[in-house]
Amino acid sequence: MRIPVESYRLPNGLLVTLSEDHSAPIVAVNLWYHVGSANEREGRTGFAHLFEHMLFQGSEHVGANEHFELVQRAGGTLNGSTWLDRTNYYETVPSNHLATALWLEADRMGALLPAMTQEKLDTQRDVVKNERRWSVDNQPYGTWWERLPALCFPPEHPFHHSLIGSMEHLSEASLEDIAEFFRTWYSPDNAVLTIAGDFDPTEARALVAQYFGPIPRAAARPELPSFTVAPSFGGAQRAVFEDDVVLPRLFLAFRSPVFGSAEYYAASICGAILGSRRGSRLYRSLVREQEVAQEVSAFTYDLSKGSDLLVVDAMARPGVTLEQLEAAVGAEVDRLHRDGVTADELARALALIETDLIGALQSAGERADKLSQFATYFGDAALLNEQIDRYRAVTVEQVSAFARARLGADNRASLVYVPRAAGGSGAAGAVTPGVVEEVGA
Amino acid sequence: MSMSTRPVAGPGRPWEFPAVHHATLANGLRVSVAPMHRLPMVTVLAMVDAGATRDAVGHEGASLLTASALTEGTARLDGASLTEQCERLGASIDAGADWDSFMAHVAVTPDRLEQAMALLGEVLITPGFRARDVERLKEERLADLLQQRVEPRGLAAEQFREFLYVDGSRYRVSAGGSPTTVRGLSPEIVQAFHAAHVAPSRMTIVLTGDVTPERGVALVERALGSWRGDAAAGAMPATVDDRTVAGGRRVRVVHKADAPQSELRVGHRGLPRLHPDFFDVVVMNALLGGLFSSRINLNLREKHAYTYGANSMFDWRRGAGPFVVSTAVKTEVTDAAVREILLEIDRMRSETVSADELSLATAYLDGVFPIRYETTTAVAQAIATASSYGLPDDYYTTYRQRVRGVTAESVRRAAEQHLHPEELLVLAVGDREAIRAPLDALGIGPLDVVEPAADA
Repeated sequence: MRIPVESYRLPNGLLVTLSEDHSAPIVAVNLWYHVGSANEREGRTGFAHLFEHMLFQGSEHVGANEHFELVQRAGGTLNGSTWLDRTNYYETVPSNHLATALWLEADRMGALLPAMTQEKLDTQRDVVKNERRWSVDNQPYGTWWERLPALCFPPEHPFHHSLIGSMEHLSEASLEDIAEFFRTWYSPDNAVLTIAGDFDPTEARALVAQYFGPIPRAAARPELPSFTVAPSFGGAQRAVFEDDVVLPRLFLAFRSPVFGSAEYYAASICGAILGSRRGSRLYRSLVREQEVAQEVSAFTYDLSKGSDLLVVDAMARPGVTLEQLEAAVGAEVDRLHRDGVTADELARALALIETDLIGALQSAGERADKLSQFATYFGDAALLNEQIDRYRAVTVEQVSAFARARLGADNRASLVYVPRAAGGSGAAGAVTPGVVEEVGA
Repeated sequence: MSMSTRPVAGPGRPWEFPAVHHATLANGLRVSVAPMHRLPMVTVLAMVDAGATRDAVGHEGASLLTASALTEGTARLDGASLTEQCERLGASIDAGADWDSFMAHVAVTPDRLEQAMALLGEVLITPGFRARDVERLKEERLADLLQQRVEPRGLAAEQFREFLYVDGSRYRVSAGGSPTTVRGLSPEIVQAFHAAHVAPSRMTIVLTGDVTPERGVALVERALGSWRGDAAAGAMPATVDDRTVAGGRRVRVVHKADAPQSELRVGHRGLPRLHPDFFDVVVMNALLGGLFSSRINLNLREKHAYTYGANSMFDWRRGAGPFVVSTAVKTEVTDAAVREILLEIDRMRSETVSADELSLATAYLDGVFPIRYETTTAVAQAIATASSYGLPDDYYTTYRQRVRGVTAESVRRAAEQHLHPEELLVLAVGDREAIRAPLDALGIGPLDVVEPAADA
């Protein structure tokens, strides 16, 4: 199964990918900018995400609340999201509204700043602060989003700091910061555009040239600090936090090969064997057999530079202590590290990965987003069509070799939450809240 | 230059909801097949109209627990073996129950469809319901309920149900049951729920995706055609005990010490799914708080920056689910946010919307319709929903026309008749010390303060 992919570059550097599918009269427009929280300067944590909010506040020819309104009026869906190393903006619209979607995206890429005002910034700053309260501060375990990268990358590393940002830094963001960030990172030569679905390629090319063609390249972009880190932590890391929760929860992270690299596919399959769905080793052992975990899963961050992270997320059952949970997860990881995987396990993981990928391609928006992902990280959207073959080429030996190399005691970082000690019962007794411990080597 | 000229859309291409082919097997099982041949994927969904409202009094949570236990093994296979057989097909059988329906579904590539269908059939006909599995699922559900109580959204949902529905109404307890009722469930109750409701005469199987009607019906026949037996209980009763409190506006503060935000729920009794004003109400609610560009969201988020987002919804069920406005606002503006919500509800009733504003909702709901049904699973769920509520056969093919037929006048009438400012309940999960007095000062109605129970 292959989807059609046609890519070309505009003279200003914008990488455009077209993927036709006429089975329904809808079309997805998807832009990835190769900028995320990693690109923030010191003292401006959360800025890339705040900036994403500002892109919905209008541009030279688009009024304050018009971006959402025009797309919804067209019968479209839309949103944007910020990640450590990229920011995306996307809409799916009835295919006769393709021009409107492209025009909206081009206007904010080419002419955002004339529409920026202090009032809009102040409003979105408060909206984002409320987003932080909603998703982090007033949520059980909500701080894991910022604490896990902080634990896994050293302080000077671009992935170390908080993506949602601190209240203090959000307060300090200014209109000058907006202008500088926009001029530095939001240019056609730092973006990819994907159009997927029902469109006429000649017409689409003409619209892209008309709307995006005149937007100039940016000046040279500043160098970011190095993303390079050692392939392992070089010792076990552990951080323990008390929170208003009822069950202990463990995030166990391993540094792993970056997204799309030759070794990534073995790592991804290893993660699926360990913690994808109910047939995985961790679910079978911790939830079904030992009954020590309420839920357990594993996932990768899919970072494309420096190091990726493979993460196990395990929640204790009531009455199970943190120590019991950690010991049970540790035993399964040790066994995988020591003995490797079987051909049956590899087959199960492959079958699930294939179904998930085909399932995701059903939606024009997801298809476009995946094409943009490969275009952004590797300059080649057509790599999407290679993914199943790359997974199929992975051998039992490669997965076992990955487990041997990367799941050892020298490459484990534990972020742990325990119920706030109120009366001194149970697991929280022995730990020092908020302290990052270096244990062993 | 060219950017100052706004694009004008040409005519849209027509689109039809996938055609549905119906068949009934000799044992009474209904089969619906909707071919969608774009990608090699098929969704199979089995639905029985036996959701949480079929739970016996005192056994609330039985339907959901029965659904969860379905995938924990069959008479032949234990849970681990069943899971392994499914996942080697690249598939998982997911089972669940909402208020009105009990469902199990699986998505799989067409070459593995026959094996997946056989496993689904085995799960439906001969579930294992081993005591140890059922007990474990019970414990997991109890832990979920405990977790929900320390999570502001979960706590607000539970407290709002108890604020709105009277003791005895099924809607007062969550679809998955309360800690008390879940503790009382047993493997025998699960077994009995299955025997009472999961039978061929009560079931619809929907197949969508890369499958022909002939192949779909033949595979269902092979997997489930020899299934005999009747349900001990009859079909879903027409009415549900959905009684709500009477007596006007009230305010409740649910204390959460030092909360940086207040989770707000403002609402009242809504409408049953089969209400004749459904389309008018859907459009009216889209304008009030259903869309990003709705009045409530633009007011609370884009104008006042009180929140990350605010919305309103009618929770459509067989009985009258709630109408509720939901948002989380910074503690200091709790009272101001409530005031704005009440103002927007009043304004919806008192002013007729302009043609321009009306078209925001009607154009959106019309245009977005094909986007909602891109995936085989979305189409399967839509067909199952129609079957569950007995919606007419042309429901999805006439949906867009019905939406376009809603007028400013019918929106105003829907707001006048179905929004009830005098019955609004206002619930805030937040810091009592900071929000009680300001909320009281709004003069909405009597206010009480609740300390959430640790366990009950």
